[in-house]
Amino acid sequence: MAPADVARYQVSPETGKPLRPRPWWGRARFPRQPLARHLVLALLGAVVLYFVTSALSPYNNVLVGEIALYLIALAGLSLLTGTTGQISLGQGAFMAVGAYTVALLMTHTHMNFVLELLAAIGAAATLGLLVGISATRLKGPYLAGATLLLALALPPIADKWSTTFGGDQGLTTIVPTAPGGINPEEWLAWIELAGALITLVLLANLLTSRFGRSFRAVRDNEVAASLSGVHVARTKVTAFAVSAGCAGLAGAFLGLSTGVVSTGEFPLTLSIELLAAMVLAGAGSLFGMWWGAILLVYVPQWSTSVSGDFGLGAGTSAYLATIIFGVVLIVVMIAAPSGIQGGLRWLWEHVSKQWSISRDERAAPRHATHFPPSAADHQPNLVHDPLNE
Amino acid sequence: MSLFINITLDGVTQGMIFAALALALVLIFRATRVINFAQGAMAMLTTFIASTLLDRGLNYWWAFVAALAIGFVLGALVQMVLIRPLEGKPDLNPVIVTIGLVIVLEGVAGAVYGNSSRGFPAAFSQSGLVVGGTRIAFSHFDVFILVAVLLLMAANLVLFRATTLGLRMRASAFAREVSRLLGVRVGRLLTLGWGLAGLVGALAGLLIAPTSAFGPYFMDLDLIYAFTAAVIGGLESPVGALVGGLVTGLCISYVGGYLGSGLEPLGALVLLMVTLMARPQGIFSRPSARVV
Amino acid sequence: MLEVRELSVTYGAVSALRSVSFRAQEGEITAVLGANGAGKTTLLRAISGLAKPKSGSVHFDGRELLGNSVEDIARRGVAHVPEGRGIIEELTVEDNLHVATLWCTPRGRRQAAIEATFELFPRLSGFRHRHASTLSGGERQMLVLGRALITRPRLLLLDEPSLGLAPLVIAQLMTLLVDQTSGSDMTVVLVEQNARSALSVARRAIVLNLGQVVADDLAPTLAVNTELRRHYLGF
Ligand SMILES: Nc1ncnc2c1ncn2[C@@H]1O[C@H](COP(=O)(O)OP(=O)(O)OP(=O)(O)O)[C@@H](O)[C@H]1O
Ligand SMILES: [Mg+2]
Repeated sequence: MAPADVARYQVSPETGKPLRPRPWWGRARFPRQPLARHLVLALLGAVVLYFVTSALSPYNNVLVGEIALYLIALAGLSLLTGTTGQISLGQGAFMAVGAYTVALLMTHTHMNFVLELLAAIGAAATLGLLVGISATRLKGPYLAGATLLLALALPPIADKWSTTFGGDQGLTTIVPTAPGGINPEEWLAWIELAGALITLVLLANLLTSRFGRSFRAVRDNEVAASLSGVHVARTKVTAFAVSAGCAGLAGAFLGLSTGVVSTGEFPLTLSIELLAAMVLAGAGSLFGMWWGAILLVYVPQWSTSVSGDFGLGAGTSAYLATIIFGVVLIVVMIAAPSGIQGGLRWLWEHVSKQWSISRDERAAPRHATHFPPSAADHQPNLVHDPLNE
Repeated sequence: MSLFINITLDGVTQGMIFAALALALVLIFRATRVINFAQGAMAMLTTFIASTLLDRGLNYWWAFVAALAIGFVLGALVQMVLIRPLEGKPDLNPVIVTIGLVIVLEGVAGAVYGNSSRGFPAAFSQSGLVVGGTRIAFSHFDVFILVAVLLLMAANLVLFRATTLGLRMRASAFAREVSRLLGVRVGRLLTLGWGLAGLVGALAGLLIAPTSAFGPYFMDLDLIYAFTAAVIGGLESPVGALVGGLVTGLCISYVGGYLGSGLEPLGALVLLMVTLMARPQGIFSRPSARVV
Repeated sequence: MLEVRELSVTYGAVSALRSVSFRAQEGEITAVLGANGAGKTTLLRAISGLAKPKSGSVHFDGRELLGNSVEDIARRGVAHVPEGRGIIEELTVEDNLHVATLWCTPRGRRQAAIEATFELFPRLSGFRHRHASTLSGGERQMLVLGRALITRPRLLLLDEPSLGLAPLVIAQLMTLLVDQTSGSDMTVVLVEQNARSALSVARRAIVLNLGQVVADDLAPTLAVNTELRRHYLGF
């Protein structure tokens, strides 16, 4: 085997997968410590977003804020489905819990804003813990059904005790006043973006930790995971609670950006669309959830303008967005289950492979032996490994 | 006391409808290991079509039969177009596809018929029967529901126990590959199973519509109650679906009657959770296969 | 006559069969031997349509089987008894037999065919209404063999029928197989780990190793080939 081939086809001792060739700019210059790497990325993101939000109109800043809050909910969902293979249709219910927690605290107490957010996360995570514990024995479709029922069962409770929860009117929320000169929409967008970036860093870190490995072990094969000492039930419950906590924060932000918290904000369709967006974006990926959040915010906008062009009524345009979502979800599920992020990664690997092969050919004539493509290359999977991104 | 009796009667009627919808879920789950979360939305669509036919002046029973037939075709189409390509893929994929179908069907119904709920006629009078001088919460239409669902269950039993078609369907549900080796055309039977489930679901839709806020989302809750019923019954057994339906119907009726109708879904959630914790395979299931 | 030519099957990157060719004649048992993972099961699955070969052809009675659906191949008289037996556990013993008759026996003659099978395996007739899941290993083997024979197959594919059976039962089984085959128009392909007993009943045998045919000869010739026995058959 020619030296160039040896370099190309080195196999990772743990995964048995071929190691990627080191690019010319080198990997070493980028921080290798996961936490440090994620922090650097988040800081870069923050800088970019600072300039983006300053350039946008207040209306667009509201949309950016919404993207950030959906991103938080989606990242939690993606962690759950992508890393433990569980599926939840109840993300909207946990968002409602977070939103009502913040609204109740704002109406009855004068707590610090950050503490209120933490309380929202805590409340949703606690409920998630309870559901998760009863759900550990449930497999795929059962859990989907149970969480679907949760999404339908929770909102009516707020209607039942309407004196506490404000009934149809709902409860009002107050965004903390912006420091001088900054307009309130931009300020809220910053808060939400900061929440999103922090969430992403924490989740990315969780995934690279020992815990992340047990997540994936559980997803790939529960029996094997439990035989090799992973506490399957505890892992699943943790994932569920983390995911619910994310939804709690997202719900709190949703309450802030709408100004009112009422049950109408959390219909079953919210949960369903979150799941759909997560799958479209690429289950298991964290970064890919940006696509999902952008879809959730912009598809309704876009369909309103399109149906305006065709002279359709406002009622129809709302349905148009839903229909598009559903159709795309089905098509993606049948044709490309790894979603947008999976498709982009495939494209990137394809392009970079083409490119590095042509470089290799210059260095040494191509050898006849090929590394056998792994089975994963043939069968796109719904869930992909966030660590390989 | 009379309140209790009326709530119970109401629970039985509702339970029969849940049992029918649960039977549709069971028919599909048994054959393809898929929970069809779109069963309710499909039934919603067939009921809307029946409603349109009635508006055009068609006789009730013709519209009834048309809805059942369309339900059959819809179920078969969904299997052929959406579910068949997913064979051999992870379990989550069909779950998500059926949820996608819910989104599409409800969106289409909303765009075509609007969001407001409309009325749907019942086959028979809906005013309560008079027994011993008092009016009870059980009408001619409720009698019809009871008879229709019991007939459905009986027909199902005959199909699976006494015909060779049923034997083929059972064989292909239990052992797909072996059945194919024995010359059973499994693909067609799966399509047929989905079609039958579509028909059963359409029947449930026609029975539910007169007593509920008939609109694009009117089957959401019923589907999830039927799911609860099917899980209680073990997801494999038609008899289980009937018992599960009755248990769920009564539970919901008591919760709604004594605690307020807003808490009905919560009651179902508690029932589902308790069942799953106590006996994850449901009450009527066979002992599960080994995992290792 | 079954004629397999240049058959190749791959699973992703693994090639399970590489250009396998052999023939099996009517009225004879042809044994397929080889170590674990040699590709024996894959060969039978490719013939009955369960595995999709990459290239090659499978002719039976002068017609191509490849490209047809599993059901259609079965309906041409190919009975495949899969690895691990393949009884339908949830059905009764009688229903297991009944399913097999549906495509080939007219309604009025099905019961007679079932009774004839019970005569062949008298032990089973006592269990006819029991769930097949309650049968012992040997009884299961009788059931699947009876279920294959009830269709009067033209080609019988057996995947390790002796697995887990007592030596005495294996001997009875092999005798029955020889009785059913000799003088009939049935072609039998018998996959076996137990090379000694397979070679004793087969007329010809092929030996697979890593997906390739390494030997193809009359059974008695293979049985005395010490080199081959040491390397591939282990007896
Ligand atoms: N579905 C599959 N996916 C991937 N590889 C497979 C699959 N089925 C078989 N193989 C591989 O193909 C090769 C041949 O397998 P096969 O089952 O045909 O062997 P066999 O000769 O029947 O072995 P045994 O005696 O253990 O039953 C093996 O390496 C096996 O791992
Ligand atoms: Mg084998």
